[in-house]
Amino acid sequence: MTKVTMTVNGKSRTADAEGRTLLVDWLREGLRLTGTHVGCDTSQCGACVVHVNGAPIKACTALAQELDGADVTTIEGMANADGSLGAVQQAFQDYHGLQCGFCTPGMVMSAAALLKDNPKPSEADVRHYLEGNICRCTGYHNIVKAVMAASGQEVAPVAAE
Amino acid sequence: MPKDTGIGASPKRREDVRFLTGKGRYTDDINVAGQTHVVFLRSDVAHGTIKSIDIAAAEAMDGVVRIFTSKDFEGVGGIPCGWQITSRDGNVMQEPKHPVLAEGKVRHVGDPIAAVVAETESQARDAMEAIVVEIDELPAVIDMKKAVAEGATKVHDELDSNLCYDWGFVEENRDAVEQAMKDAAHVTTLELVNNRLIANPMEPRVAVGDYTSHDGQSTLYTTSQNPHVIRLLMGAFVLNIPEHKLRVVAPDVGGGFGTKIFHYAEEAFCTFAAKALERPVKWTSTRSEAFMSDAHGRDHVTKIELALDADHNFTAVRTETYANMGAYLSTFAPSVPTWLHGTLMAGNYKTPLVYVNVKAVFTTTVPVDAYRGAGRPEATFQLERVIDKAARELGVDPVELRRRNFIREFPYQTPVAVEYDTGDYDATMDKLLTMIDRDGFEARRKDSESRGKLRGLGINCYIEACGIAPSKLVGQLGARAGLYESATVRVNATGGLVVMTGSHSHGQGHETSFPQVVADMIGIPEDQIEIVHGDTANTPMGMGTYGSRSLAVGGSAIFRATEKIIAKAKKIAAHIMEAAEGDIELKDGKFTVAGTDKELAWGDVTLAAYVPHNYPLEDIEPGLEETAFYDPNNFTYPSGAYACEVEVDPETGKVDVLSFAAADDFGNVINPMIVEGQVHGGIAQGIGQALLENCAYDEDGQLLSASYMDYAMPRAHDFPMFQVDHSCATPCTHNPLGVKGCGEAGAIGSPPSVVNAVLDALASAGHDVGHINMPLTPAKVWAAMNNAGGTGSGTAHGRSVDGPAAKI
Repeated sequence: MTKVTMTVNGKSRTADAEGRTLLVDWLREGLRLTGTHVGCDTSQCGACVVHVNGAPIKACTALAQELDGADVTTIEGMANADGSLGAVQQAFQDYHGLQCGFCTPGMVMSAAALLKDNPKPSEADVRHYLEGNICRCTGYHNIVKAVMAASGQEVAPVAAE
Repeated sequence: MPKDTGIGASPKRREDVRFLTGKGRYTDDINVAGQTHVVFLRSDVAHGTIKSIDIAAAEAMDGVVRIFTSKDFEGVGGIPCGWQITSRDGNVMQEPKHPVLAEGKVRHVGDPIAAVVAETESQARDAMEAIVVEIDELPAVIDMKKAVAEGATKVHDELDSNLCYDWGFVEENRDAVEQAMKDAAHVTTLELVNNRLIANPMEPRVAVGDYTSHDGQSTLYTTSQNPHVIRLLMGAFVLNIPEHKLRVVAPDVGGGFGTKIFHYAEEAFCTFAAKALERPVKWTSTRSEAFMSDAHGRDHVTKIELALDADHNFTAVRTETYANMGAYLSTFAPSVPTWLHGTLMAGNYKTPLVYVNVKAVFTTTVPVDAYRGAGRPEATFQLERVIDKAARELGVDPVELRRRNFIREFPYQTPVAVEYDTGDYDATMDKLLTMIDRDGFEARRKDSESRGKLRGLGINCYIEACGIAPSKLVGQLGARAGLYESATVRVNATGGLVVMTGSHSHGQGHETSFPQVVADMIGIPEDQIEIVHGDTANTPMGMGTYGSRSLAVGGSAIFRATEKIIAKAKKIAAHIMEAAEGDIELKDGKFTVAGTDKELAWGDVTLAAYVPHNYPLEDIEPGLEETAFYDPNNFTYPSGAYACEVEVDPETGKVDVLSFAAADDFGNVINPMIVEGQVHGGIAQGIGQALLENCAYDEDGQLLSASYMDYAMPRAHDFPMFQVDHSCATPCTHNPLGVKGCGEAGAIGSPPSVVNAVLDALASAGHDVGHINMPLTPAKVWAAMNNAGGTGSGTAHGRSVDGPAAKI
């Protein structure tokens, strides 16, 4: 076991990691930040997306020991300072972009990363960017709307199309 | 004008805040002090005799607490099946034992052989790899028709054959249907496969067993759609634990789609082992494990015949289906191809004669059970495909052929037992045609052709039986349980309410929609109402969520319990206001006396119920808490019309879905936002089945599609935005809310329109290929257009039977 320290959601956090401990397990079991989810074992589903040093990665693809000193943002760090939902989170609620909630943390983290790179994405941009995030509940319809709305673009309100 | 509150409004979901901030509490988020971890050693062959299991080296490894095999489960029951079907010859179905850990034989890839409990999951996994198992391989049993042939290898040596049952429905109609086929002006025949699927909720299954020796209490935290059902099945049939000593908790559950209804061996294992070890035992499925241990769905091989008279009236339908049960009978498995399938074979049409034959077959594959729609998608797909084929053969418009045969008088007694209470199939079809601009299709087709693409339009109808189910009826049909739902409404002294429901939400948003019903009835804000679900310790015995039943059955139980609350509250109000009970009215959270200006607030009456100083104690008890068990007297019958427009690239066979429209009749709608979200998700799963998803086994019983690298889960770029409408509403006549259920409609209604659209596109270029089996991959579509075979016929499963093209 090795002590690994990262800045997680703005705070310095330390927990043990074996050589084989994945970032997602370090977050979930080491820090008990259970908002980051594990939905597969082949790095396909995207439920574990977090931001490392400002860029989105699947937390099942990185070893915790290799990220000693990294700056990590998880879904638990996405709310505003006053505790209210951040813009992407709020859009997901407003546009019913989630049902069971399991893929949602990864979706929100990917969507936030997209909007950082591409503040006004087209529908096609959103759909292609989210290729690495699987949702089984929503058919993506309202996720796409939520991301477009979070970017400040006009979309039809829910239940009014 | 949309409402802001109550029935018909779309308030933001209250559960979203915890899910969006990482504060959801899913089963894998639960760690119990002193917890151990279990990893299962699973069979890597489809079929074989277990010669030996050597655990000596593994037992000695770091962190190992104990290794279990089937010999540790002597005296423990098998995983039970909840439904018994009777064959045409009057014999009940063959029902093999489904042991918690494999006994003597393994019967599918993934069958658990041994369970390693260790201090950490890594240690358990390391030790699992050190177990040496010797298996004498036996031939795999994969092809259903071969499985029931004379001399076939038996999956279960103790059974007569691999035929679970041979069901005829309605058996008395068999000869009349045969005669109608002979007398018909035209008979259209279609052989097709309803492809095997894997539900794939994004949260893999998890179970945490706990036991406290001082009071003999077992607790199971599990990813279930119905914790009470798990408690009943596991306690009574497997582990012999009475209900009062067993608590089952299903906290936030990350999707179900049917596959989390069933009682699984891993749940029984963790509960059993926690007691044996007196330590908590946790199992978290990997996704790879989920592919080979979650019950699969569909997998029907069918021949359907549709007889028509000279005026194109349907005169008879006959189907013969082989339905895969897998290696063991999962909880609801026998009911899916029978009572959830045969009873829907009238569809939206006044066909007077229907005969359905289903042969359920054991194979060396993962058990097959209900997946979103369960039986009804299989019925809809056959019927709506054969009607489209008939229209093409007869040269008539497929919409007009359907309209000619629509049922228009309700209630309507079908020839397949069920009686539809309401519906208006013309209305949903009319609505659909306005949504899709059918008149503009030819211009759009020409535009596609100008770009070298083939455009197709597919339309179909559907009807489903939801609100499962009338207990007395399903008891007659072989169900071993009642299918009512329960609710307890507890009013607190200061007027807030807690509703404890037997329904379970795993994405459906009950915490938001159920309060809308209660708030409307009493006239108080929704935030005065809290929903409790998912824990047998604090909810009344209920049957859970599946079969689009939560609102129609669970919501009706809440309605009935709230009615009782209001009736009692009115008695209290009448006493306080010194008025006759019959003169009391409740509106907007106020009790008034008809014809006077007397009024009393809701909170004054609830307080009086708990501080009964001025109270009719001689007539009624203090307190304000009521329970209702609602047992429906019929199924509900959502229906609708769906359309899909596709573009096919003739060079590659790739299909792009350009638009998808759904006009549904769900009766009354409580929360339009949630209803539309349910339809979107269902459509995506239906398009996924039609174009992408396939659970494939090879001839040796190896599961080829065992990860997201191999099983094509639909992604965001596979879909357009969907058009959905639920304005054509004929309210259900027999439940108090007039609701029908919306959870499965999208998955039931969408596959035929996708396939119809692709065939329409191919026909526009002169390729009248008749049928292509799902999923319509580029390879299969290209092969069909180029007469290269591989369109798939005869039996299920990707590579072994679909011909060369399907390998791609």
